[in-house]
Amino acid sequence: MPAPIRLRELIRTIRTARTQAEEREMIQKECAAIRSSFREEDNTYRCRNVAKLLYMHMLGYPAHFGQLECLKLIASQKFTDKRIGYLGAMLLLDERQDVHLLMTNCIKNDLNHSTQYVQGLALCTLGCMGSSEMCRDLAGEVEKLLKTSNSYLRKKAALCAVHVIRKVPELMEMFLPATKNLLSEKNHGVLHTSVVLLTEMCERSPDMLSHFRKLVPQLVRILKNLIMSGYSPEHDVSGISDPFLQVRILRLLRILGRSDDDSSEAMNDILAQVATNTETSKNVGNAILYETVLTIMDIKSESGLRVLAINILGRFLLNNDKNIRYVALTSLLKTVQTDHNAVQRHRSTIVDCLKDLDVSIKRRAMELSFALVNGNNIRGMMKELLYFLDSCDPEFKADCASGVFLAAEKYAPSKRWHIDTIMRVLTTAGSYVRDDSVPNLIQLITNSVEMHAYTVQRLYKALLDDISQQPLVQVASWCIGEYGDLLVSGQCEEEEPIQVTEDEVLDVLEGLLVSNLSTPVTRGYSLTAIMKLSTRFSSVNRIKKVVSIYGSSIDVELQQRAVEYNALFKKYDHMRPALLERMPIMEKTASNGPTEIVQTNGETEPSMGESKHPPPIGQPANQANDLLDLLGGNDVPVIQTTMPTKTASSGGELLDLLGDLSLSGGPAPAPAPSVPTSQPTFLLDGISSQPLFNDIAAAGIPPMTAYNKNGLKIDFTFERANPNPNIAVITIHASNSTEADMTDFVFQAAVPKTFQLQLLSPSSNVVPALNQGTVTQVIRVLNPQKQQLRMRVKLTYTHKGSAFQDLSEVNNFPPQSWQ
Amino acid sequence: LKTMRFMLLFSRQGKLRLQKWYTATAERDKKKMVRDLMQIVLARKPKMCSFLEWRDLKIVYKRYASLYFCCAVEEQDNELITLEVIHRFVELLDKYFGSVCELDIIFNFEKAYFILDEFLMGGEIQDTSKKSVLKAIEQSDLLQEVSCIQY
Repeated sequence: MPAPIRLRELIRTIRTARTQAEEREMIQKECAAIRSSFREEDNTYRCRNVAKLLYMHMLGYPAHFGQLECLKLIASQKFTDKRIGYLGAMLLLDERQDVHLLMTNCIKNDLNHSTQYVQGLALCTLGCMGSSEMCRDLAGEVEKLLKTSNSYLRKKAALCAVHVIRKVPELMEMFLPATKNLLSEKNHGVLHTSVVLLTEMCERSPDMLSHFRKLVPQLVRILKNLIMSGYSPEHDVSGISDPFLQVRILRLLRILGRSDDDSSEAMNDILAQVATNTETSKNVGNAILYETVLTIMDIKSESGLRVLAINILGRFLLNNDKNIRYVALTSLLKTVQTDHNAVQRHRSTIVDCLKDLDVSIKRRAMELSFALVNGNNIRGMMKELLYFLDSCDPEFKADCASGVFLAAEKYAPSKRWHIDTIMRVLTTAGSYVRDDSVPNLIQLITNSVEMHAYTVQRLYKALLDDISQQPLVQVASWCIGEYGDLLVSGQCEEEEPIQVTEDEVLDVLEGLLVSNLSTPVTRGYSLTAIMKLSTRFSSVNRIKKVVSIYGSSIDVELQQRAVEYNALFKKYDHMRPALLERMPIMEKTASNGPTEIVQTNGETEPSMGESKHPPPIGQPANQANDLLDLLGGNDVPVIQTTMPTKTASSGGELLDLLGDLSLSGGPAPAPAPSVPTSQPTFLLDGISSQPLFNDIAAAGIPPMTAYNKNGLKIDFTFERANPNPNIAVITIHASNSTEADMTDFVFQAAVPKTFQLQLLSPSSNVVPALNQGTVTQVIRVLNPQKQQLRMRVKLTYTHKGSAFQDLSEVNNFPPQSWQ
Repeated sequence: LKTMRFMLLFSRQGKLRLQKWYTATAERDKKKMVRDLMQIVLARKPKMCSFLEWRDLKIVYKRYASLYFCCAVEEQDNELITLEVIHRFVELLDKYFGSVCELDIIFNFEKAYFILDEFLMGGEIQDTSKKSVLKAIEQSDLLQEVSCIQY
């Protein structure tokens, strides 16, 4: 049997392979040879074979069949075998492998070997990848070695102890005695690893931390010696003595000085000394300075020292080395809250970093810039940030735009400035603006009453330029719908009033409806805007025409709106002016906040931050108030239903509901389309609805009869849809046991305020007689607070020529449907 | 709480030359991480800084001739000193091999590992003296049995 090919020979051969396939072939051939060699239990060449295996493993080929061989190598007497064996173990075996534990005995023996380099191998392997069991078994050996006078072993034992503690924290105590005089060592290796060990112990245990606080003077002394001592060739790096040790000591001091006045004071001088004396021309010096700054900022240092630290960071910002600038920005970001004024002094340098070429630096500079914006510097800062917004990469635009909006909201020096800033963002980064900005901006604009003419004019002009950026288009549509009258009247004070006709405005809005660039949401906005203008413009006929055209749009959303607006023209024209009136000032609830309901006079109105889409029709807030007042009651369920979007007449049915209430002059708030808004809709018992659509999960829940009267029986069944525990999907099954059909059947439901409900379209409006068929309809109920489900249902139908209506409570929901 | 999670050496062509993992990771995950990271680092332009955020880690990398030295450290570490750690390792290799180049590390990968394992343990420096580390390697080399020198 010829000797197996040598390692370097194999490497050379494999490297001659010209294709992946050729390489694979070579590898497979060699692996086969190695496998048979392993089977023969060949001691001589095991080391060679494992070494080759490790090479092939690095190339990405499987090598697990060599795991046991590594163990055999480790157990060998030969040093070469052990060296390769331990390396193989570290590369092929980790604690996830079962055979891992088989190493324990070998390692134990080798920890007690007569040759320190063998002991070193064992310590290294244990310290890199020892499992918890192994660590438990061998901790005693490590502890022994930690007390040896052999500095070669002592330094390794210290790091091995660190690993043991990380794996088995309870064992930390046993290493305590051995730490007694670790810092008295002269050997830098031992010193360094001891500091690492002490750091680990202090970070893990408050008791250890207090115990080791007494080391502060000694650590200070060591650090001082390092700085003051002359040139030491063995540890010198670019004129600095043992920077690695300095950094580790600084880090340990940080942990010891944190939240301890005495310790902090004891290290004050040395920190100042390091901060002022360290050479900054090379990275190594700056690394030490950086660690010093981190320590100063974290302990209870006096203000002078803190200012010194921040100034170091300020100087870092001016450094040519981008790495230094990067760490400076990172640190400043951390300290900007606590040392705001000190950081402010470096504001202009920070702002300059916005122009840096490195993406990470730019991002940090942006975050820091926003953190530094205040009432005094808002104008200047915003100029820089808007310029940044113009030219930055797309990945920044959304965050930057949000930041600008937030800052503007907090510190805007004037309403005009605020609107201008918003305009700037919308026109330059309009497509990156977050969805929730749209309602926020709308609210802001509404509340800036004196700026309405100016705002609508600027937005209109922006639309003429570009209709591709949806958030801009949406805000603009909304404004034109609201303030179109101001636009055509040429009333602007802030700038030269624009001359535009009603037809031109309608052209623009209609253009949005047909443009490929407009999303469905945008189309909704523009249709509603057009509708609103029917009470502000005189060209009502044109508007009527548009609205009726969209009554047959394939976009369900648009169709529904158009149908409803159509109905408004036809049947409820007397209500139209009131309905489409100018929006009142909105009470602000949350800036970017999620849904929050404001209760005013029993009316619920969502915070503008909530809805993705604005109320399709200007919320007739005042009228809704009246309505609710009339019906009163706080804890009243919310009625929600969607109408079957089949025919135009279905709009009529919708409003018929309100006719039932026999209100005089009360408005018929348009029904909410399937859109998450808070549109006061069917105000049965006077609640607005907050539809929220989610899928429901319910399984194995028994069905129930919800209603059974006059021959009409309505059963509820529960289904599993998506696994969302907060949502119940209920299907109603309406059956009719009388001899005549029930036609014009409409099922409506209301739930308490903490719930949200959505009704999908019913299967039909006719419940056939004599139980010949059922009408089904799906209800989805969102119940985030897991409250007991209650429902009020309203049924209307025509039976034998008469109209029937009934209201009923459903309280017998099975617990599984809402728990 | 580990400071250094792993260190990788790879060429501009995306060939792995050394991988040292200081946390137990599945083979499959290691391969994916290496692939992902190599792609990201190799795409970096010269003007960019040596640090980047990746997953929950900070990556510190530096190119020496045709080799990228890449360390993954915990978020709170001092990146600047990590650059010095990398540099020290390169110096050790350089001293040992005499003007080290990528080929040295390809043909003597196991020696590169030996040096690394004498310099770092669990991601931490064992000895800050270049001389001391090199001496230990030298002495270990001498211990290798004559019969096994050319494995």
